[in-house]
Amino acid sequence: MNSPIPSVDVEAALAGLTETAPSGLAHGALVAVGLADDYATIESPIGPLWIAWNGRGVAAVEKAPDDRAFEVRLQARTGRPIRRAASLPADLARAIERRLAGDRRVRISLDYRGTTEFEQAVWLKALEIPRGEVRPYGWIAAEIGRPKAVRAVGTALGHNPFPLIVPCHRVVRSDGTIGQYSLGGPGNKRTILAAEGLDPDELERLARAGVRYVGSDTTKIYCLPSCHHARRIQPNHRVPFGSLASSEAAGYRACLDCRPSSATAFAA
Amino acid sequence: MDDQRQPTDTADAALIGRLSADLDGAFPVLVEAHQDRLFTIALRVLGNRSDAEEAAQDAFVRAYRAIAGYPAERIRELRLRPWLATIVLNVCRNRVRVRRVATTELAFEPAAEPAADPFSSRHGREVWAALLATLPPTQRVAVVLRHVDGLSYTEMAEALGRPEGTVKAQVHRGLAALRTAFIAAERREREEMTA
Repeated sequence: MNSPIPSVDVEAALAGLTETAPSGLAHGALVAVGLADDYATIESPIGPLWIAWNGRGVAAVEKAPDDRAFEVRLQARTGRPIRRAASLPADLARAIERRLAGDRRVRISLDYRGTTEFEQAVWLKALEIPRGEVRPYGWIAAEIGRPKAVRAVGTALGHNPFPLIVPCHRVVRSDGTIGQYSLGGPGNKRTILAAEGLDPDELERLARAGVRYVGSDTTKIYCLPSCHHARRIQPNHRVPFGSLASSEAAGYRACLDCRPSSATAFAA
Repeated sequence: MDDQRQPTDTADAALIGRLSADLDGAFPVLVEAHQDRLFTIALRVLGNRSDAEEAAQDAFVRAYRAIAGYPAERIRELRLRPWLATIVLNVCRNRVRVRRVATTELAFEPAAEPAADPFSSRHGREVWAALLATLPPTQRVAVVLRHVDGLSYTEMAEALGRPEGTVKAQVHRGLAALRTAFIAAERREREEMTA
């Protein structure tokens, strides 16, 4: 066998080395720059939650009947392509878990596109409310320097695209009742608050009894009823107040943590 | 002389205009149009599909951030094909550097199942991909850009930041080395068959 080596067209062979990109490449690149979203579900006290994210941060937290319904709703809002991922990125899953467990220091990037500065201010303020506590809408309004914007605060919380991660469930009506909730209605709000260690029935019972603040006759400090300081007061030292005026008149000063005086802003 | 003008050049010119006016609207079109070639370049340089996919994705992210920071005039001057090639090659180079691959500057992982006789499919793509991987990095990159991706020498000079004469010489040396390697392999195969 002595046949010659056939001549070889190297250039043609090289031209045949082109490849088609894997199907997920373009979507992955667009997710990374925030022009598409990935999503997955996680478990929560109120059942499965659909979470969408991209390179700019979490884009949405919602309850949905199924994947398709979630995709349709989110695409209608963002106009971006969306695709199911097997699970959340590990670091995001860990961060959300810690946030839901009450760790407010853990950083979770949020994709704020399409929202207003006012809304962002409201949501950032809601993030300051500790797990297991609630604040009235008026408290948020006063704290962000817009004491008259109580109704707008309620609207902004209702539009919160990141419920649970931004704990709008910790904001209640100024009369002390639990109020509305965007993530499937007020029943879910009570469930989540209860899961965080707050008794929503007790909270509403106090409100109906006209109790807006609770003081301690040993420290002479008064708080909002769900403030962690208020909840530590022994029953025999608890002093209920119906208004700021009555607590101030009794010689009590406001708690520096829950800042109860913010809660009076146009509460009526 | 610009040989091998690519049909995408006209499309790119239109795309450039859209990118400068509406980056977010036009960027998905850019990704769609260039994903195959960026993936191919990364694959032929890195030799591994999952590395190549990550590198191509990373290149798109860098391209997006760069364009987002450019003034409109600068965007309009972009030549997408060489510019994107530069970016993906930088990403590939950084990935290799980070990994500190022991012997070669550019790693190559052989195909998943190293066939008992890699040359049995003679002119098969795996054979050429494997031969390509034996080239020194400079020649490999030059050959990939010229003959796999199809850039002109002018575009290559721009992409690699070297004079046209230099890249031309690198391509020729690479082709000659490939031809020699191929013939040597063929000869070895014949000798084994007749032994």
